[in-house]
Amino acid sequence: MIRFLLGKLAYLIPTFIGITIVAFGFVRLLPGDPVLLMAGERGISPERHAQLSAQLGFDRPLVVQYLDFIGGLFQGDFGTSLATRRPVLGEFLTLFPATVELSVCAIILATLIGIPLGIFAAIKRGSAFDQVSMGAALVGYSMPIFWWGLLLIILFSGILGWTPVSGRIDLLYFFRNGTGFMLIDSLMSGQKGAFTSAVSHLILPSIVLATIPMAVIARQSRSAMLEVLSEDYVRTARAKGMSAWRVVGVHALRNAMIPVITTIGLQIGVMMAGAILTETIFSWPGVGKWMIDSISRRDYPSVQGGLLLIAAVVMIVNLIVDLLYGIINPRIRHS
Amino acid sequence: MALLEIRNLNVSFDTSSGPFHAVKGLDLTVHEREVLAIVGESGSGKSVSMLAAMGLLPKSAKVTADVLQFQGRDLLTMSDKERRSIVGREISMIFQEPIASLNPCFTVGYQIEEVLRAHLGLGRNERRKRAIELFSAVGIPDPEKRLSSYPHQMSGGQCQRVMIAIAIACKPRLLIADEPTTALDVTIQKQILDLLMTLQEDTGMGMIMITHDMGVVAETADRVIVKYKGRMMEQADVLTLFEAPSHPYTKALLSALPEHATGDRLSTVSDFLDPATLQEGPL
Repeated sequence: MIRFLLGKLAYLIPTFIGITIVAFGFVRLLPGDPVLLMAGERGISPERHAQLSAQLGFDRPLVVQYLDFIGGLFQGDFGTSLATRRPVLGEFLTLFPATVELSVCAIILATLIGIPLGIFAAIKRGSAFDQVSMGAALVGYSMPIFWWGLLLIILFSGILGWTPVSGRIDLLYFFRNGTGFMLIDSLMSGQKGAFTSAVSHLILPSIVLATIPMAVIARQSRSAMLEVLSEDYVRTARAKGMSAWRVVGVHALRNAMIPVITTIGLQIGVMMAGAILTETIFSWPGVGKWMIDSISRRDYPSVQGGLLLIAAVVMIVNLIVDLLYGIINPRIRHS
Repeated sequence: MALLEIRNLNVSFDTSSGPFHAVKGLDLTVHEREVLAIVGESGSGKSVSMLAAMGLLPKSAKVTADVLQFQGRDLLTMSDKERRSIVGREISMIFQEPIASLNPCFTVGYQIEEVLRAHLGLGRNERRKRAIELFSAVGIPDPEKRLSSYPHQMSGGQCQRVMIAIAIACKPRLLIADEPTTALDVTIQKQILDLLMTLQEDTGMGMIMITHDMGVVAETADRVIVKYKGRMMEQADVLTLFEAPSHPYTKALLSALPEHATGDRLSTVSDFLDPATLQEGPL
């Protein structure tokens, strides 16, 4: 198992180097000049522009800027935001709990609904349940997130008035020295109604963010379960006189979960991209919204640092998924 | 009383080009201490008929029979729960691909103890003790250590021994062996056949041996059923079948055995008989 882990860790190093190049290069490919954007509508004289560019280091060759960026990373310095003048890492860590909270709720929702849906669809293959659920999954997968989010806001917030439109909690509540995770902070604060308010704010963004991963997980669960149900060892389990529940829920499920876990890991990466849109729609103060703001301001350090940190999170999540894969599948663990 | 009695068993599957009849009008009876071989080429419906008796066919299969009884109990009309109490306990089955027949995600110890818990309700320590006994009985070396092995860590022959141990765990009255040696090396085939025959003699259970290997039939069976395209061609005791086969298909099948080959080409059934002119069913 340790060798398996070391093998996986070895893959991370070249991946991480690749991501630093992409993160650094991507933001510089965007049209627009950060110095001009900082100056705003007033404009800026060529002398002042050159002075600011030199001050921010943008006048140096790209290779030197990149090496400077890498050198900073080794010291834990992800740069300083051009817009706020605060360290990028600090900003990221302040906003990150909001994104984690939303993403965790969304992936739990996607998994808890997607897996049973896919499994029942496989067991009832060709039935009305199979057709309807997989049809719904296809619709969910094809639905643009921003449009789906707006529809839900119009229905549940606008017409029915059941959920708040945006934010993480009602303005009535305030927590000092919190963890950044609103569900935990509201629960620990003991303030009446705080937790309910935090939950009600999470519902719509979680549903929106969970929709595409849920559809993917449901379809993957169905196809994996269908494949496994035709395996010889499933027939053996039935020949041993095991109940249908045990055959499906123990013998087939464990094997079917192997590709589904990989899919869930990949969906967490997709979810980070989805979080950018969802957080913007619901004014959710997380990393996604911060990234959008930083891109529109051409805040190079924030964008490249943010991209790198998000990529690092996705890589760590995928490493955990790989380890889970090894635990659930003994053939991988022992290979 | 017969262990398993089947009269006029028919199995069909719905396909896009209409129903496909995999088994047509099969009759068979197996008694205690008896070894019945079902022999025939691939697609003759050998395995399907036994899977139908065990209730292991998919729901798309249509199974009908005038009689389908195990020790007088009607397997067709009994509830799923009742059938599960018989299958795996009183009737067991082993399959052709031993490695694929064991679940790759669970240790072989878990897979044998599961049967002991489900059917005999044994406690943890008793289960482990019995599993070690069973592994020893089927000739698995170092059985205590082997309990924690996964199927992929064992050879095909050892996996088949595990399958046999699982099959005999609850001392079944009938063991159905579906081509148990086909996927194994020749030397291992002999060991597995010897093991099955020893267990059958020691326990007095009935056995149905599904095979396409006439050598296995000669070595193991008391009676033989010859099948072709879902139909039973002939049923006879093993000596009669080999010495005086009555059906042209059986004669052709025996003539096509490799040991009867002359020249540099192995014979096939169609060298001795035109299947198109073959009368279906016993003469």
